[in-house]
Amino acid sequence: MAERELKKRPTTSREATAAETEAPATTERRDRLKAEIDDLLDEIDEVLENNAEEFVRNYVQKGGE
Amino acid sequence: MAITKVCGIETEYGVHVDTAGDMSPTTASTLLINAYVARLDRRVGWDFEDESPGRDARGHAREGSMPPEIETHLVNAVLTNGARYYVDHAHPEYSTPECSNPLEAVVHDRAGELVLTRSMEAANRFLPPGEEIVIYKNNSDGKGNSYGCHENYLVDRAVPFSRIVHELTPHLVSRQVYAGAGKIGEEVPYAGQVTQFQLSQRADFFEEEVGLETTLKRPIINTRDEPHADPQKYRRLHVIVGDANLAEVATFLKVGVTALVLAMIEDNFLASRDLRLAAPVAAIRSVSRDTTMRTKVELASGDRLTAVELQWELYDLARKYAAERGVEALGDEGVARRVLDRWETVLEALESDPRSLANQLDWVAKLRLIEAYRERHDLEWDDSRLAALDLQYHDLRPAKSLFARLAMERLTDDEEVARATTEPPETTRAYFRGRCLQRFSSAIVAANWDSVVFDIGEESLRRVPMMEPLKGTALHVDTLFEGCDTPAELLRRLGS
Repeated sequence: MAERELKKRPTTSREATAAETEAPATTERRDRLKAEIDDLLDEIDEVLENNAEEFVRNYVQKGGE
Repeated sequence: MAITKVCGIETEYGVHVDTAGDMSPTTASTLLINAYVARLDRRVGWDFEDESPGRDARGHAREGSMPPEIETHLVNAVLTNGARYYVDHAHPEYSTPECSNPLEAVVHDRAGELVLTRSMEAANRFLPPGEEIVIYKNNSDGKGNSYGCHENYLVDRAVPFSRIVHELTPHLVSRQVYAGAGKIGEEVPYAGQVTQFQLSQRADFFEEEVGLETTLKRPIINTRDEPHADPQKYRRLHVIVGDANLAEVATFLKVGVTALVLAMIEDNFLASRDLRLAAPVAAIRSVSRDTTMRTKVELASGDRLTAVELQWELYDLARKYAAERGVEALGDEGVARRVLDRWETVLEALESDPRSLANQLDWVAKLRLIEAYRERHDLEWDDSRLAALDLQYHDLRPAKSLFARLAMERLTDDEEVARATTEPPETTRAYFRGRCLQRFSSAIVAANWDSVVFDIGEESLRRVPMMEPLKGTALHVDTLFEGCDTPAELLRRLGS
């Protein structure tokens, strides 16, 4: 019963308007994000711990709280 | 009318010693804290007089339950910002001072990170070349060991605890969609699925709905009843189910929305909509494993909702609550509005395009990074480079932190965060504690959440109780400190 009522959200006018006007901006944003993340990945290749396997294996914590 | 949701965040940091020697994590944690406080004139210790973590909010102790123990022999310091910095088990732990609104809590949570970063730099100067202590703000080592990030909220003692259990649990289960810090894989198998990535670092570790434990059989609702305030009037709700967040928007929503939901529970505003879950423990795990936001959980009523839909239900009630009752309980009207507005836009984005939140939420930021890195190097999900990337997201070393490389949205600025490492919030009793330590630390024998103990050379020590979290603020005590040159004069003015 309630399931149908609860689906009302994704179709609010506010969101519908946003979806219609958003398309070109979204593509542009995605391109920008792609360029950003490419730079970031270059940087990560430089700073990521050298021996990942050993680094991950050695990270052992005692339980807390 | 709900009382102001005074709040604070306690974080146990992961500590790793990169060394050929055999320094224990406890020794490393002690070194970190001692190195940090070494520059203070005199360390003020913590007073354990009123600690009783074994007390149960349900009014009894369950058979076989294990009350946590306090290790009084380990290093423990109170800072001039009113925070507590100490060794808990085998981790350095930082408890922010009491804050009166969620944004202040974000500032002090970030200040805690800065204190730990400075500690790491200070401690490493004592170590031989090639040895290094590294701190991580995360909650799991990926091997089944978890350490916590706990929130505390001031709640009216008159609210029946069972109502908190029923009405807060659906929120704690569903808030992972914005409050999760993200994690590669899983540490506890669930429903025969293979989990590549999940929203929460902690969801794997919760096995009970309600209980007193924090280290074994962890419960979604923790019943520790230790108000650190007038026990006739107040309860301190100890929320142990959250992740430690680095993203400020995530911390802001985690604390802000939870405070708002608690205010509604206190004013009995949620009674009209029964959101109780059929199986909260299963639900917290299934929600954590769904990055698509489509998994539905079953309510006790038989309805099936996604976590985002559950949050929308609470959001709609919160808007109504704000309009009808006001939002004073969040400590600051403007901050409360920002919580509501941000909650709305984040839920909208989670429904339409979760990836668009990569500069706001930890789990989205981390997932985007992992997916991109995986694609570039054509890696399997279980490749250790992805696990390393997950860990290094939380690394507090500025040169190594992956989080610090992301252009995450800020709600604070560097200057206020740096100031919060030494200055207390002005709107809670933390102000009195902090000012006392700034002005008269040599006369203070000990301090804790609800008192400061002075030694002014008399026969007996003088304890100043602070049983009201909203007294001892700048407004209350600034004139008291003005022109007050000695601790004896302060005590005389206090009439104690």
